[in-house]
Amino acid sequence: MCLAIPGQIVEFSAEQPLLAKVDVAGVKRSINIGLLADEPLDIGDWVLIHVGFAMSKVGAQEARDQLTMIAALGEEQQAMDEVRGYTFSP
Amino acid sequence: MNMGRMKYVDEFRDPELIAKVAREIERTVDPQYDYRIMEVCGGHTHSIYRHGLRDVLPKNIRLVHGPGCPVCVLPMGRVDDGLSVAERPGTVLTAFGDMMRVPGTKGTPLEYKARGCDVRMVYSPLDALRIAQNEPDKHVCFFAIGFETTAPSTALTILRAKALGVRNFSVFCNHVTILPAIRAILDSPDMRIDGFIGPGHVSTITGCRPYEFIAQHYRKPVVISGFEPLDLLQGILMVLRQLRAGEAKVENQYRRIVPWNGNAAAMRALADVFELRPYFEWRGLGFISQSALKIKSAFAEYDSEARFELPGVRVTDPKAAQCGEVLKGVLTPPQCKLFGNACTPEHPIGALMVSSEGACAAYFKYAPHQQAVEA
Amino acid sequence: MNTRTKIGQIEMAHGAGGKATRRLIEGVIVPALSNPILETLSDAALLTVEGARIATTADGFVVKPLAFTGGSIGSLAVHGTINDLAVSGATPVALLATMILEAGLPGDVLEREVEAMAAAARACGVCVVGGDTKVVEHGMADGMYISTFGIGLLDERLTLGPQHVRAGDRVLLSGPIGDHGITILLARGELDLEAEIGSDTRAVTPFVDALRASVAPGLRWMRDPTRGGVATVLNELAYDAQVGVVLDEDAIPVRSEVRGACEILGLDPLHIANEGQFIAIIAPEHADSALDAVRRVSGGQDAVLIGEIVEQPGGVVITRTRYGGTRVVDMLVGDPLPRIC
Repeated sequence: MCLAIPGQIVEFSAEQPLLAKVDVAGVKRSINIGLLADEPLDIGDWVLIHVGFAMSKVGAQEARDQLTMIAALGEEQQAMDEVRGYTFSP
Repeated sequence: MNMGRMKYVDEFRDPELIAKVAREIERTVDPQYDYRIMEVCGGHTHSIYRHGLRDVLPKNIRLVHGPGCPVCVLPMGRVDDGLSVAERPGTVLTAFGDMMRVPGTKGTPLEYKARGCDVRMVYSPLDALRIAQNEPDKHVCFFAIGFETTAPSTALTILRAKALGVRNFSVFCNHVTILPAIRAILDSPDMRIDGFIGPGHVSTITGCRPYEFIAQHYRKPVVISGFEPLDLLQGILMVLRQLRAGEAKVENQYRRIVPWNGNAAAMRALADVFELRPYFEWRGLGFISQSALKIKSAFAEYDSEARFELPGVRVTDPKAAQCGEVLKGVLTPPQCKLFGNACTPEHPIGALMVSSEGACAAYFKYAPHQQAVEA
Repeated sequence: MNTRTKIGQIEMAHGAGGKATRRLIEGVIVPALSNPILETLSDAALLTVEGARIATTADGFVVKPLAFTGGSIGSLAVHGTINDLAVSGATPVALLATMILEAGLPGDVLEREVEAMAAAARACGVCVVGGDTKVVEHGMADGMYISTFGIGLLDERLTLGPQHVRAGDRVLLSGPIGDHGITILLARGELDLEAEIGSDTRAVTPFVDALRASVAPGLRWMRDPTRGGVATVLNELAYDAQVGVVLDEDAIPVRSEVRGACEILGLDPLHIANEGQFIAIIAPEHADSALDAVRRVSGGQDAVLIGEIVEQPGGVVITRTRYGGTRVVDMLVGDPLPRIC
């Protein structure tokens, strides 16, 4: 149900418009892109692959936003801890 | 494991970021409270164990493994039905690797293969269709399992078979839908779950809206999460923050993959090919209405149940098997009387031992170690 | 350990090198053939003949397809047998090979494989001194099967065995894992995956020789992780020695393509077969020199220390991630299967 992996589109099939070749860490497979018929897809795009089908396009911006937000976690708390460090009350 | 990076995977396994989220979780939990968070999807169960995430969570957070394991919830009688097709001369039974060691009453698909039946493992339903095209003198049956993540792929395969005019291919459809199972768990009187980690890949198809009833009607937080360590931990953090704030809403942690409105093309394919069965038996949970997919009569020639007379014999689990209670989070696996003695991954009695991501199988594998860690 | 087991039917799982294989050997074969040397269940059986310590090993090679990127059944047969002798602490002396040929096998395929055996043997400095050939009907033997017998002379400086393994000992791995198994999986063509990957089949004698020369007193145990992978041999060690093995997940080398194939198929590289690697357990004071010695040999540059032996939890193999997550690495019952869940 759940095992799906991101792969990069490296080629579209000339004979079959619903087939694309994706690359996952150097391993290539033909994938059916019929479930993403509503979306524009380009060479270089990343898609999520499950049982030989592309399920979703990977959102690069969303990925970046998530990582940025997590990286900022705790910084507010750290700043507060630093401030507290300057008081001398027991 | 280190030679070469995998984009959109390795960034979400970054140890520093994981540590940050883990610390934030520590800061957010109420140390006096015993949290029970259900992660619905078997893939989440697998990921939690694979990445050792229970070691980085506070001890008062208990992750309850939900019913999102399509192999686990498949009744043995249905396995027998699929295997009965393999016994017919001139047929090829194809299935995902997950199915190959699942026992029917007379053996597993691999054991049937050892006895001479033509049973072949495939990675994709399209591979099964290709076998049918390449071997026109055989009938190829695809044993379809999976939730809404996988069903659209089966749908597209059936549509393609029809478009190509392939006559020797059918699907034995055991696709189930996750929401009725979650509702069944929420409705059960002894249920004690504080919040849900929603299934990331099912939601890629269904979108996030279908889970709103959990938040609105049952007042539980739902966070749709991805599968990498950072995703799961961030999802857990978001559930904890909602609980702390007294909120109950649906949130999407897995934004880089899951569209809020789901995949319309996939939903159209599902609607074209499938309809809901009035009810279907879930091993460990009993009969649940409107919870499984059946191939529409317009595609009857691709429906193994229409093309073949299947035994349809119901096989019940022994009463001593307490799968239902484990699924609902009432019992932990070792609290079931059969756990570890009569019921082991090699001799599974109940649903949750059958697949390696079933709650009991996962616990069994890691139990000796975890006991040492918790000592 | 040697309680007889009844097996209803032989399954593919019995040949996968994991728990089912162990049950077959320990439950059916050993109790019947019963003798002290057999019961040690080491890779090579050690005999004393007129004071000389001889290591003997037998192996079977069954692979489909017969030839693949990086090797073929002929080179596999020679390297595999030599490796069994090497990790038992013996210098290979000679090999014998029995070939079971399928009627209909093209003559040039047989020639190719015999050439491959000859080339591998020459490169390793051993001779195939005898053997046998049988032909079976068309439809059997998948082309050809090769069964080998290897003889070596034990290095008396070494005391190897699970009983010598101690808490604190380090785990040395010779190079990247999973290459062979993934190559074969892809070569079968059923999964429709393409990758630039080849079998790692090679003799590990040069590396083992380097260890023998530099750290003989510190060498505790060696094994080549073939079918069942690193997970299987380390679980066997953990069980036999009643110790725990803790691995550092980030230290374990896996090639990009092997990792990619494993992620797509839901496989664990630790369970995948290798044909050119070995694991050595080394006393801690010798670990760095051991690593150095292997790395200095051509082809050994990827060798790495991947973990250590602990007392508790005993009988278990664990990997640890950089962020403190741990998981148990279990021994599979049968072959690893791709999954979609």
